[in-house]
Amino acid sequence: MRRSTALLALSLLALGGAMAARATVPEALRVNDAAVAGAGMPRTLSEYRFFADGARQVPASGVTPYALNTPLWSDGADKLRFIYLPQGTQLTANGDGLLQFPVGSAIIKTFAFGAGEARRLIETRVLLHRANGWTALPYRWNAEQTEASLALAGGRVDLVTPAGEAISYAIPNKNQCKSCHSKGGAVIPIGPKARNLSGQWLGQMVRAGALDRVPDGAGRLPVWAARSASDPAAPLARAYLDTNCAHCHQPGGAASNSGLDLRWEQADAHAIGILKRPVAAGRGAGGYDFSIVPGAPDKSILLYRMDSAEPGIAMPELGKSSVDREGVAAVRRWILEMQPR
Amino acid sequence: MKRIALAAALLASAAPLAAETHHIAAGEGAAALLQETLILAKPGDVIEIGAGRIALTDGLSLDVDGVTVRGQGMDTTVLDFTSQQGAGEGLLVTSDNVTLTGFGIENPKGDGIKSKGADNIVYNSLRVEWTGGPKATNGAYGIYPVESTGVLVVRSKVVGASDAGIYVGQSRDITVRGNLVEFNVAGIEIENSRNALVTENIATHNTGGLLVFDLPGLPVMNGGNVILRRNLVIDNDTANFAPPGNIVASVRRGTGVLVMANDGVLIEDNAFEGNATAHVMVIAYTQAFDDARYNPHARNVIVGPNTFGRGGDDPQLDGKEALLAAFGGALPPVLWDGLSESPDSALKIAPGVTGWSLNLSRVGQSLAEAQPGPLLLAPTELWTFPVVGAPAELEARLK
Repeated sequence: MRRSTALLALSLLALGGAMAARATVPEALRVNDAAVAGAGMPRTLSEYRFFADGARQVPASGVTPYALNTPLWSDGADKLRFIYLPQGTQLTANGDGLLQFPVGSAIIKTFAFGAGEARRLIETRVLLHRANGWTALPYRWNAEQTEASLALAGGRVDLVTPAGEAISYAIPNKNQCKSCHSKGGAVIPIGPKARNLSGQWLGQMVRAGALDRVPDGAGRLPVWAARSASDPAAPLARAYLDTNCAHCHQPGGAASNSGLDLRWEQADAHAIGILKRPVAAGRGAGGYDFSIVPGAPDKSILLYRMDSAEPGIAMPELGKSSVDREGVAAVRRWILEMQPR
Repeated sequence: MKRIALAAALLASAAPLAAETHHIAAGEGAAALLQETLILAKPGDVIEIGAGRIALTDGLSLDVDGVTVRGQGMDTTVLDFTSQQGAGEGLLVTSDNVTLTGFGIENPKGDGIKSKGADNIVYNSLRVEWTGGPKATNGAYGIYPVESTGVLVVRSKVVGASDAGIYVGQSRDITVRGNLVEFNVAGIEIENSRNALVTENIATHNTGGLLVFDLPGLPVMNGGNVILRRNLVIDNDTANFAPPGNIVASVRRGTGVLVMANDGVLIEDNAFEGNATAHVMVIAYTQAFDDARYNPHARNVIVGPNTFGRGGDDPQLDGKEALLAAFGGALPPVLWDGLSESPDSALKIAPGVTGWSLNLSRVGQSLAEAQPGPLLLAPTELWTFPVVGAPAELEARLK
């Protein structure tokens, strides 16, 4: 975590300069706009030229690192996130929600395990904003760490998580990318919502001409990595559920039929699972009657499924082969502190 | 119309618009190739899977409209998920106008085949089976279309689902015909759905045969206009093995048909035999709820002429002995909870249909407060009911 914060600070310093200097960057070092915006599916990550140095994840000109206050947990992977904006374009704020991206832009996320010399890049997922909408594609890094290749059908990689668990890590296939990144059947980004980005970063983006304004509510989600035991439980837990669950569990999302809506802004107790009965949980219900029983985390289906890595029970269904102990602890504390009804 | 336009385009260009058939043979690399083909298929393409067994470690998914996935038969082409490590189902379909035909799915860790927001889907001659028999650790649903308009499920077989073999939820314009469902908790369940025809199925050795439910708190409610016609509902005698917490965990062993809430259900020309609790049960929603949009009552349920054989002779109900003694050794075929939103709006019966009532007086009342007695309803000779079922275009795809 410390490392990615440092990287972010570095990028903030560099940002203003990079934006101004871009016109002078030689063609061969610029991002390949045709690969981003065209109709094809580039076979290799290097074709996009998002990185000046892919193995070290040094972004190219026009590619800006960012971090989320409360990120999606993926088996403890270290995530390196970037936004690419074509020259002369900018992001548009939309309340504290998802930033609006111009056509031709891209969002890039690399998943890595291990620190320092031992760091291995596993996969890089790209979201490309094309004229007909967003396209999501997964790329798998080779053992030599010299290139990542399109992995349409996904794949599996044996690795050991930071928590010390040996797992079969799943790279999602193209359809599974959409399964989380969809609303009403269309692919959309999930992460870069103004409420989950720091005001400092957003301010830098505005000063660099890459964003129209810093909206109200920017950065209001708690910074997960900076949390402490004395922080109020509800904002942490709700932020965690928002970023880890709500992409499916919201109206129009992949799990809309469950009726469970875990978005940050959902205020209805039943909708977020309080004394809500399961619908299609099957054995995922674990013998319990309700998603959340106030004061009783060990009788709450939501926590039971978070606390499992077994397919058919585990939630999220995708992108998880082990249990996030810290996430479980935060949600457990929230449920425990709820007034029993 | 679309087809005519396509034909015209084909005539005009005579070249590359034609749909392709992709062949997948079982063997090394088949699983990845199958998933890649499902992703790269173009609308109209056929994905033909050869005979044999393909082992999968992850769920498959299809998100391209108008694709046909075809195997060589439900027992000949088998997608084996016994070693599945991820995803919530064996196969997930999220696109429209898809046809699935002639393959089997074994031992998925979650649901078998799920289609969500996938309009006009055909499930034909498929098999979803948990091969270890009825177990609480089996997946919930075998065939699972949800949030869709236009659903046809035919000639398929589901064995061992820990919730429902064939479950259609939050959908409309549905036909479920000619399927065999056995050793599931619920054979077939139509939930929060409208305009469904369930016909010519065999539901046997489930806990309950055919369920028609409307539940509160869901995005789509007000289920109704469901016809159960010409089904064989026989020997539903498997002990309930649903994981507790699920609504079907409350279904009593030996239930033939169970209607809970709903607006408009017609039950006619079915054959019932060996359902030890009740051949037909009509009740209001039994649990507490907080949803102003929801009507917990069963409304306009019609039990027409059916063949009722042995049944009601070992009811899984409190006070069983007293009930059996009172009714002469077996309960009559129709069990009603006695709850009606307005007088006589819940249940109508054809001449000759007999039953008994719990004579409850309010929704959610404990069964302990039941005052059982014979069903006292004036028979109805005539009724009208809408024509329901999947669009004809789906039937045409079977030819």
